[in-house]
Amino acid sequence: MFTHGAMDFFYLIIFPGFAFTVVAGLLSTWVDRKVSARIQWRVGPPWYQPFADVIKLMGKESIIPEGANRVSFLIAPFIGFTAVILVSTIVWMANIFPGASFVGDLIVVIYLLYLPAIALIVAGSASRNPFGALGASREMNLMLAYEAALLFAVFTVVVKNGGIISLGGILGYQAAHGAMLSQGASCIIAFVVTLLCMPAKLGIVPFDIAEAETELIAGPYTEYSGVTLAIFKLTKAMLLFTLPIFMLTLFAKTVWTPWTILWYALILVFIILVKNVNPRFRIDQALRLFWLPVLGLSLLGIILAAVGL
Amino acid sequence: MGNNNHRLSGIKKWGFKKSPWVFHLSTGSCNNCDIEILDALTPRFDLERFGILLVGTPRHADILLVTGVVTVQALPRLLHVYEQAAKPCMGVAIGACACSCGIFDGGYHVVGPVDKIIPVDVYIPGCPPKPEAIISGVVKALAKL
Repeated sequence: MFTHGAMDFFYLIIFPGFAFTVVAGLLSTWVDRKVSARIQWRVGPPWYQPFADVIKLMGKESIIPEGANRVSFLIAPFIGFTAVILVSTIVWMANIFPGASFVGDLIVVIYLLYLPAIALIVAGSASRNPFGALGASREMNLMLAYEAALLFAVFTVVVKNGGIISLGGILGYQAAHGAMLSQGASCIIAFVVTLLCMPAKLGIVPFDIAEAETELIAGPYTEYSGVTLAIFKLTKAMLLFTLPIFMLTLFAKTVWTPWTILWYALILVFIILVKNVNPRFRIDQALRLFWLPVLGLSLLGIILAAVGL
Repeated sequence: MGNNNHRLSGIKKWGFKKSPWVFHLSTGSCNNCDIEILDALTPRFDLERFGILLVGTPRHADILLVTGVVTVQALPRLLHVYEQAAKPCMGVAIGACACSCGIFDGGYHVVGPVDKIIPVDVYIPGCPPKPEAIISGVVKALAKL
């Protein structure tokens, strides 16, 4: 997908990759905190708050707990972090240079998006902490719950456009035939399913079951401090930006347009409103919700797409 | 124990000042100071304006809010939590008991006050101190950086 060494570096580290995603992601978490504060009739933190949090964590001691598996404990944060940087780069590059996309990069992105959750499971299991272990087990259950529905929703798009599995191809199809969202009921259903799965994938209330600070302290993050915790916070923030952008690429033509800001803001505010008006689900409730109504809905979407609606 | 010597500079200091996460620990208090701490964290005072967040684990904490005389039972727990906290971590003693053992001074179960066990940066007197006093104390702790 990349051609020249120096430009590769620029793409990966500066523009669609690391630096851009970090800044956009941290600003999104600020929007999250500020809107939540306004909903609770508070003033809320200043815009630089997430940056201050990360800078402070970078300056603090990173403790490796006694008896923890050192290698897994230290590698875990970076697994999810790298994955999100790669996803962001692949998705934006496909939008900016549709020719840079390769066949099957949709599948690569889907696999890479598993990694932040897997990193959490590794982190929780490696930290030798009962809360971490419980959080890891819950994260595993949650993953099993939402992934099937999300996968069917993404593949509704593939069925609908006649089997194109590269992001560039999907964007080209949308450029020729209009946004996926305007192509019939199946895609609208699929988009609704992705909206329902997004808080679960991001670990945001009502699906912050793994982190659950009122029951599990901080779940898999419990033993993390300093730089390692900062990397986890960054991963979460970047995912909050990258996942909606990926979904917009699939459903709303292209993200390489100023309209993206509006679309992204709408999705973000939807996630924040859901977060603020809902309590946390129990893990069995979340499993039932995703396996029955949401999976049913996404199967309906894929069947409708197969018959051409 | 003497006072902490937190010497931070530049951007590290800025980050620490703008984002102090607090961990709340009761070492045998009567719960009154704890309720005042919770009051200070409500939307009425909105401490998130200053980046102050309540965290659930000492690993994430920058400031330990300690209430209560340190009882014999609480002593090992207090030491444990202080050792678990990622440094630099400041100690704030909240309430008359934490500052000086108050009316429990000399009791058979009392080991404290808190500054005998862990380094304390700021003392907030009162039985209990008002939320305003707690906020002002935390601000003074940050001013020491």
